[in-house]
Amino acid sequence: MLIARVIGDVVATQKHPSHEGRKILMVQPLNLDGTDRGVALVALDAVDAGVGDKVLVVTEGFGANTSVGRLLQPIDMAVIGFIDQIDLLPGVS
Amino acid sequence: MFFGRVVGRVWSTVKNRNLEGQRMLVIQPLTPELANTGQRLICTDCTGAGAGELVYWVRGREASYALLPAEPATDTTVVGIVDSVHLKRPAAPEPDAPAAPAPAPAAPAKGRKPSRKASPC
Repeated sequence: MLIARVIGDVVATQKHPSHEGRKILMVQPLNLDGTDRGVALVALDAVDAGVGDKVLVVTEGFGANTSVGRLLQPIDMAVIGFIDQIDLLPGVS
Repeated sequence: MFFGRVVGRVWSTVKNRNLEGQRMLVIQPLTPELANTGQRLICTDCTGAGAGELVYWVRGREASYALLPAEPATDTTVVGIVDSVHLKRPAAPEPDAPAAPAPAPAAPAKGRKPSRKASPC
């Protein structure tokens, strides 16, 4: 799973039927210090997240399918939770 | 899923039987700001996306679920055509010191062949 921030939403009229009725979010993966990590991803929303939220993103098919509640569908990334706080041991950054 | 643009098509006459009838597209991955990022790749397609369209694609075993019941041998499939992206990134922190002006580009040496790296291809 990844820590990410929702940076936008994607509008797509022509899409696979399994993606209908769910928000499609653009999420930017983050490092532990909050800086950007790699390229932005497109994920289906399973928790009603919005732009600016810090979220948990699952990047594997089975987890994404079950969290969205649609099995055997072409969904490989989903926003599955909000992150309130991250506690680290001293010296870890 | 990942964001990108259709930049070409692939034609293949001899291929896995399950891939027959499937469109294959060349995709350029993009950042949300539409800048190129990463290397181009080949995706099968379930949306009918055409040249130049913004799309998003799915990776892994789930890519073949988009093309049920054929389940072709694919690992990336275009699953949506993007109409628009509404972006709202947090503002980048202001640098403390103003950036130094960029040095003037060096004049090209006369009589030298242009570098291959400079070509658009």
